[in-house]
Amino acid sequence: MTLFFQQLVNGIALGSVYALVALGLTLVYGVLKVPNFAHGALYTAGAYVAYVVLTGLGYPYVVAVVAAMAVVALLGAAMEWVVFRPLEGKSPVHAMIAALGVLFFLEGAADVIWGPDFRQVPTPLDGVVSVAGVNITEQRVLVVIAAIATMSGLYWLLKRTLVGMSIEAMAQDREGALLVGIDTRRVALITFAISGVLAAVAGSLIAPLVLVFPTMGAVIVLKAFVIVILGGMGSVPGAIVGGYLLALAETMAGTYVAFAFSELIAFALLVLVLVVKPTGLFAKGV
Amino acid sequence: MSGSLASRLVPTALFVVAIVFPLAVDNPYLVSVVVTAYVTAIAVYGLDVLLGYTGQLSLAHAGFFGIGGYTVGVLTADHGFSFWTALPVALALTVALAHLIGLAALRTRHDYFAIFTLAVGVMIVIVIDRWAEVTGGTDGLIGIPPPPAIGPLRFDTLTTQYYLALAFLLLTIYVVWALVHSLVGRTFLAVRNSEDLARAVGIDAGRTHQLSFVISAALAGLGGSLYAVFLGYIGPAMGNVQMTFMMLVYLMIGGVASLAGPLVGTLLVMGLMQALQAFNEYQMMVLGPILVVVIIFFPHGLAGQGRRLAERLTVGRAGDAAAR
Repeated sequence: MTLFFQQLVNGIALGSVYALVALGLTLVYGVLKVPNFAHGALYTAGAYVAYVVLTGLGYPYVVAVVAAMAVVALLGAAMEWVVFRPLEGKSPVHAMIAALGVLFFLEGAADVIWGPDFRQVPTPLDGVVSVAGVNITEQRVLVVIAAIATMSGLYWLLKRTLVGMSIEAMAQDREGALLVGIDTRRVALITFAISGVLAAVAGSLIAPLVLVFPTMGAVIVLKAFVIVILGGMGSVPGAIVGGYLLALAETMAGTYVAFAFSELIAFALLVLVLVVKPTGLFAKGV
Repeated sequence: MSGSLASRLVPTALFVVAIVFPLAVDNPYLVSVVVTAYVTAIAVYGLDVLLGYTGQLSLAHAGFFGIGGYTVGVLTADHGFSFWTALPVALALTVALAHLIGLAALRTRHDYFAIFTLAVGVMIVIVIDRWAEVTGGTDGLIGIPPPPAIGPLRFDTLTTQYYLALAFLLLTIYVVWALVHSLVGRTFLAVRNSEDLARAVGIDAGRTHQLSFVISAALAGLGGSLYAVFLGYIGPAMGNVQMTFMMLVYLMIGGVASLAGPLVGTLLVMGLMQALQAFNEYQMMVLGPILVVVIIFFPHGLAGQGRRLAERLTVGRAGDAAAR
């Protein structure tokens, strides 16, 4: 039973990261209607900024996380402004190919700057919390708390602020949003910045628990796509629920079935969803 | 019409250049680069069939390139097959797998299709990578023998391999040309331009997409098979998403939905990359922005620019004639 609770906690920590990455992807899909294949690179960028600020500049961890959020928000906004805005109104295939161009540019840039080797980010919180025989590293506790705080902040933003409501309006109906006077370009820019912040929180929080390398975002973004398709493209609650569910399924399968099996779950789910209901299990009707 | 004269002269001239190239150029390295470009271009034609003519972006394209290459590699290097028996097996396997994957993937279109094929592409590489006892894993496969002779035709020298690659390339171009100009090709375009409209005139859109996907994968498999046999060694990287990205770069720069585009783009970009090997490290960093610029400003690539130039010239001349 202890093992079960141990894995439950690990799954929740991993799920927090999945949910954050999937949220950014789903928000951008909502306003742009294009899957941003470069999203994983934003997550990677968050991890590298945290690495530089922590080990290169020697600032405290909080500063590293905040710096990652700021830098990656700018990176996300720049992506919208330079790449996706000029492609507005063109075939979505063009935007998808452009997103791949951005992805390989950012991965290539990380490779040129830091090289292909794995980097380790020192854990600022190396303690362990023990609750009823379950040992949780403080970093994992931090991941969960920070992720929940970020998601609460996002919820507040979407439901209580004009910017957030504009994002939701645009996701529901782009022309309608334009008609009621919403500056859709500005909203798209802000949405990309927010998706950058979410990816940066995920990347900088997970960095001390994993290895940092140029293509570290490739697998997680694929899982985020599965989560978003499962939860419905553009759905915020779907991304959160899907993120935790996938992570729990992976950790539990890794513990009780076979470790090699765990990373195939996402793909199996994707095939299943597409065969059963291609538009996503919980997708809203149009 | 001077346009049609030019459109006959240019391919003929290029054909002559292609024939004399390995005899005139005394640089085996350059010839081998062109051979690699030819066989890669075959796969790029496959990508063009799907993206250019039915409008779907498959990110598993290099996966099929890898399946073709590995089937030939494993059969010839480890199981004593001749290339000429391994090639049909590789093509049959690619087509069968593409058909199965297509049945699931083509329940979706556009963005969902791209995401699904991305997952398929990653899975193919994972299988190649992990199934080490057969594929050699991350080390790859070495010692793939060259194609054995057919009667008096021997393929053990670079020059003869060059002509074999050229023959397969010309066959591919002919097949794509015939496809595009057939009724099937028209249904491809109809489905690309408006699936609803195509259905309304009685086209089975599902079957059209499926056919396009399978043909596209078959050309990728053919390109991959030849790539393996001419290089003599392969690694899992030949099937990964980065390879698909490279093929997209070749296709978009050359020009999508054009007969010359895939070959022009592949030769040009691969040639430039070989010339600028010192900058190899920066390859992805440079190609990413180039792809973005091409998509934004020249979505029809070099072939599209060429066509526009030709049109401007003909229109200009027709205008002169009218003025007289």
